[in-house]
Amino acid sequence: MKRISIDPITRLEGHGKIDIFLTDEGEVANAYLQVPELRGFERFCVGRPAEDMPNITNRICGVCPEAHHMASTKALDALFHVDPPPTAKKLREMFYSIFFATDHTTHFYALGGPDFVMGPDAPVAERNILGIIKKVGMEIAGKVLKMRHDGHHLIKMIGGRPVHPNWGLPGGVSRGITEEQREEIEQLGRDAIEFGKFSIQLFNDIVLGNEAYVALITNDAYIHRTYNMGTVDENNHVNFYDGMIRVVGPDGKEHAKYHPKDYREYVAEHVEPWSYLKFPYLKKIGWKGFVDGEDSGIYKATPLSRLNAADGMATPLAQAEYERMYDTLGGKPVNNTLATHWARLVELLYATERWVELATDPEITGEEFRVLPTETPDEGVGEVEAPRGTLTHHYWTDERGILTQVNLIVGTTNNNAPINMSVKKAAQGLITKGTVIKEGLLNTIEMAYRAYDPCMACATHTLPGQMPLEVMIRTPDGEIIERLTQNI
Amino acid sequence: MSEKGKLAIYWAASCGGCEIAVLGINEKILDVANAFDIVLWPVAIDAKVHSIEKMDDKSIDLCLFNGAIRTSEQEYMARLLRAKSKVLVAFGSCAHEGCIPGLANVTNREEIFQTAYHDTPSTDNPEGIRPQTETEVDEGMLYLPIFYDTVKTLDQCVEVEYYLPGCPPEPERIWDAIVAILEGKLPAPGSVIGAETTVCDECPRTREEKRIKEFKRTWEIIPDTETCLLEQGLVCCGIATRAGCGALCPTVGSPCIGCYGPNEGVEDFGARMMTALASVIDSEDPEEIDRIIHEGIPDPIGTFYRFSLAASELRRTSLATDGDGQSAASA
Repeated sequence: MKRISIDPITRLEGHGKIDIFLTDEGEVANAYLQVPELRGFERFCVGRPAEDMPNITNRICGVCPEAHHMASTKALDALFHVDPPPTAKKLREMFYSIFFATDHTTHFYALGGPDFVMGPDAPVAERNILGIIKKVGMEIAGKVLKMRHDGHHLIKMIGGRPVHPNWGLPGGVSRGITEEQREEIEQLGRDAIEFGKFSIQLFNDIVLGNEAYVALITNDAYIHRTYNMGTVDENNHVNFYDGMIRVVGPDGKEHAKYHPKDYREYVAEHVEPWSYLKFPYLKKIGWKGFVDGEDSGIYKATPLSRLNAADGMATPLAQAEYERMYDTLGGKPVNNTLATHWARLVELLYATERWVELATDPEITGEEFRVLPTETPDEGVGEVEAPRGTLTHHYWTDERGILTQVNLIVGTTNNNAPINMSVKKAAQGLITKGTVIKEGLLNTIEMAYRAYDPCMACATHTLPGQMPLEVMIRTPDGEIIERLTQNI
Repeated sequence: MSEKGKLAIYWAASCGGCEIAVLGINEKILDVANAFDIVLWPVAIDAKVHSIEKMDDKSIDLCLFNGAIRTSEQEYMARLLRAKSKVLVAFGSCAHEGCIPGLANVTNREEIFQTAYHDTPSTDNPEGIRPQTETEVDEGMLYLPIFYDTVKTLDQCVEVEYYLPGCPPEPERIWDAIVAILEGKLPAPGSVIGAETTVCDECPRTREEKRIKEFKRTWEIIPDTETCLLEQGLVCCGIATRAGCGALCPTVGSPCIGCYGPNEGVEDFGARMMTALASVIDSEDPEEIDRIIHEGIPDPIGTFYRFSLAASELRRTSLATDGDGQSAASA
């Protein structure tokens, strides 16, 4: 049997490695995406004071530390049985909306978008952020840079630091905002809404206006009929900061809707010996291996999943785009992985609208941004939607608030099994009867997993088209018979 | 300079925040690109590990290495880049002191695996499966790197010329260091590139030399916005922490957590913190001082060695024999 190893050389030594095995007939027998790293947070946090967790767990990921900081802070609310005042909740959600808009911008323009904007057949050297700038012009590049700059500026202003905020506490936040700051947040938020609208228009013009791209989105190689997970508010609209978790089946019907604290009744994690990263699945359906469909417990937790799991968006512009997306793609649910990029832009628009809604809320500058807990801490679950999936933190402490147990289910981890399946399916589409379609292989596999924006501890955050990949086709005894490279 | 220098930027056991911080120097990144040929930077440009392996020793002028050493592959890259680089900088808290991932040294591989793959309540693993360095699947063999028992700092693996502290280092300090390197205005090898003062020196809060009778946990009080957090009873690490961030955390009402490591001349951060705290306690009685520290600071290791456990004097004696990791995850 032949083996094809794809080492993202960027992470040869950590985080992501793909092995594809061929049968003697030259068909794809199986594909494995291995995560070769573990850091052990769930164990070494035991013994730490619970209030340190927002500052410890944000070090899980330096690209989305805000998500861990927020899930952890919410877990502390539950642990200490304290309900933050309205101003605190609004401040947190506004901060979180700014973060979401900034993060989705990075993904669309620098990471995932180039595959689309430049087109899948564009030369590798052009499928990157520089290629986008060249194609769309410096004026647009300026807009992207301003959006990212504004986002980081506000994250630092509100949360204290541009990376790894130190702001969340049980019962609220460490500092509120002044009227002067509020005005700046509102103004930059209005710019951000325009940027969100502009981004959707760009997607319309470049992607949806081109039949070849639409064909790619709807291509069978990128379809996975799995369950979808997301957080919804009281109207079943998408919410990033708080709500109930809703899971819908491959047919779009509701499988479950539950409070995040009850996650253990619905989600379990499977272990494989060949990866340090576990594989979550829906407990009531069960682990049936790496297969999709109603009978397999595998689910996705991505921007597209959140839209599939909800009935709509809570803001007007995003709702209109939500409806247009489903109208265009033939109704709900959409199981085309590549439509995740479109869903991400609908979420970007929602995040900017929510940001301004909260920045103009009369309570946002309130002075009561924190209440002190009075109850004895014992156990608490905190959940938010991270950009890359539902994020759950669960803590247990003694009566002094010292951690005795910790359980974390992190955004990308939810998608571990689906990403494996997507890689296999993409490979199957390109390798038949021993013939490897060399030109498309690396690009297509890259696109298959990039749609998830996988963040193996931020590992695969490399610029597309510049990701150095090496594919080695070996005989069973290890002899290399062919070597394909990109950017090596 | 007629010929550009060669620069490598690399990440090991880290969170990616150091890369975000480097990108935070914004347009100055172009100055870096003008001064150096970047031969390796996985997050942003073509990475050429094979080319690095083929390079002559000492042919890279500068390597900025972030992340701690947690696995056999990370150690391989540290040794490779050490051999190829003239100047190796431990960049950021993980490479410098172990950072948060270094807190894993309160435990070990066995306990970490037991928790991650067995005891965590959502884990469903009736067959007791654990990740293995070699797994035979139906189609062939799959390999994982060895997960070490102990997290190591970069200089516990290889010789390091300089250290750039912070979790992550602030972009302004990164730029300062790059300028110093470009201009050849470097301190003696082995030095930390950074300020010689403490976070207290750059903190806008007022200190009144007040002494305290008890320490408070952050969730127990709402501190005022003007005065020193330590004097309000919060365990603020600014007093022992190297300056460089501009006192970001105290400015938003949160105590310094010590991410910039010990200030100049201090070997052990925790020991320095304990001395500093003892000096603000309003008591001369050793027993009372002990009681005040014990009651107010329930987790001395996590509080005093939050970022520096892997580098501290507390590190386990088996470190020297663990380094090759031969026993490993396959056991």
